[in-house]
Amino acid sequence: MPTNNADLHCEISQQSPIPLTAKFSCKAGEVLAVVGPSGGGKTTLLRMIAGLSSSEQGKIECGGKTWFDDEQHIHLSPQQRHIGYVPQHFGLFPHLTALENVISGLDHIPKIERKARALDWLERVNLHGLPARLPAQLSGGQRQRVALARALAREPSVLLLDEPFSAVDRETRERLYMELARLKSQLSIPVVMVTHDMNEALLLADKMILISQGKMLQQGKPFEVLSHPCNETVARQMGLRNIFNAEVSGRDVDANITWLKMGEQIIASDSAPELVVGQQVRWVIPNQGIRFNAITSGRLCRSINKLDIVIESMLIMGESVRVKARMADVDEVFNMDIPSHLAEKLSLKSGLATTIALKSEQVHILES
Amino acid sequence: MDWQSLWLSAKLSTVTVLILIPMAIFVGRFLAYKQFRGKSWVEALIMVPLVLPPTVIGYYLLVGLGSQSLIGQWVEQFTGTQLVFNFSGLVIASILVNIPFAVQPIQRAFETIPHDIPDAAACCGMSWWRIFLKIELPMIWPGILTAVVLCFSHVLGEFGVVLMLGGNIAGETKTISIAIYDSVQAFDFEAAGTMSLVLLVFAVSVLAITTSLSKRLGGHNANQQR
Repeated sequence: MPTNNADLHCEISQQSPIPLTAKFSCKAGEVLAVVGPSGGGKTTLLRMIAGLSSSEQGKIECGGKTWFDDEQHIHLSPQQRHIGYVPQHFGLFPHLTALENVISGLDHIPKIERKARALDWLERVNLHGLPARLPAQLSGGQRQRVALARALAREPSVLLLDEPFSAVDRETRERLYMELARLKSQLSIPVVMVTHDMNEALLLADKMILISQGKMLQQGKPFEVLSHPCNETVARQMGLRNIFNAEVSGRDVDANITWLKMGEQIIASDSAPELVVGQQVRWVIPNQGIRFNAITSGRLCRSINKLDIVIESMLIMGESVRVKARMADVDEVFNMDIPSHLAEKLSLKSGLATTIALKSEQVHILES
Repeated sequence: MDWQSLWLSAKLSTVTVLILIPMAIFVGRFLAYKQFRGKSWVEALIMVPLVLPPTVIGYYLLVGLGSQSLIGQWVEQFTGTQLVFNFSGLVIASILVNIPFAVQPIQRAFETIPHDIPDAAACCGMSWWRIFLKIELPMIWPGILTAVVLCFSHVLGEFGVVLMLGGNIAGETKTISIAIYDSVQAFDFEAAGTMSLVLLVFAVSVLAITTSLSKRLGGHNANQQR
């Protein structure tokens, strides 16, 4: 895809106050999720893009304009970058009404047009009838939408969202997901969203970067990163718990298959990385790649990937059940989250011996 | 009732507040937002007038601003007047003594502003001055109000420093507190009682109004999303 001059390009590196290295691009109209554990440098990265803090080295460009370049000593202020920024706690001005909050970001347009534009954006985020309310008189979700309207009404060159859904309740969060997904289709600017929630990235982002301890571990489409983590650290950061040892028992490069051996069990993986037969490897499978036998589609899973297991424990966690099951002939344990209704339908219970099937395209061999 | 002393005290309090509060806003903001080496020493220095006896402060000011001191000589040379035993000397003393009463509430008020807010304002394209005037000042009003009331009332009741530095010159340095002391010395308990009652009523009224205003002004900020 040719480079659009509205794209965001960021390459930064610093050692202090916290080490942080990252290099990525975000195309106009694309949502980039910056995912990682707390304290990993996500918010610092977002603040650097916003111009609220500076990196020791690097370059940030957006819309063909250089925002930051340590070699040329360029560091544009947030005011000069013309961005839309929604902080974690929304950053609404508590003494100004919702309308005034939105208008406060519109100094760059003629005074006469400001109110109409602000009202229009409040409508677009479904806040009609509330422009005269102070932030304290709004719910968490409404505040978030005022902050979003304030950021977007500026027609920014990039939209930066710092954990935009962390301060609202679950029901509001679900509604806001839908709204952001709807807005996304209308925006033609890069959107960078910081989150520690992988599900948010899977739901809303076109691309994600994973940052941990100041290092960018992997980037790509969220589902690809989830199903193909480049190494065990990434797999663990993504919350993948089913990581196992195995021995390479065969490869077919033409058919793009690698066979792994765990005890007497053979597991097929739809990938053929550079490995030699007999080599010890680590492999991973996401929750979505595991199916209980009763609901397995034969088309999706190779028969070779059927494993006998014994359920050790079941922990009910709201609408899902966390199942811990031990492989019959290998001392390895699978952890799976399945919907409660499904567990009930399949009559799953502790001590039950059953079968699971692994989707071969989701059996991913990790780099050593 | 010594109306001249009351007027002088009110004038001294007003002038002190008008000079001190704007300075305290910038110092308080700086101390609230900036981290630097030696910050705790600067904060401790600001608090010194709270713990030092007024007579000791008065003594140092008398020595430091008197006609024998460099500052005193310099001021006398350029203005032809002395700083001690003079209204302008009292203003300087009142400002110095009231620094903690002005800076502390304002610094604390700035500290309560979530970092998100000035960041969001900068990202809204607002200049430093606009953020300060339109966003920060309205949010720290309760702190400013507290500082104004504390300073005004404290200057009105200041005794030790005023007596040490200004003496007891009617119309120039004789404030209401000194007038009360004078009246008691002269066994004029009726005048002392009237003046004391005026100060008492003033203090209670001002505190009541401040509390009510603080609640109203702070109401907007009370439910800040933090």
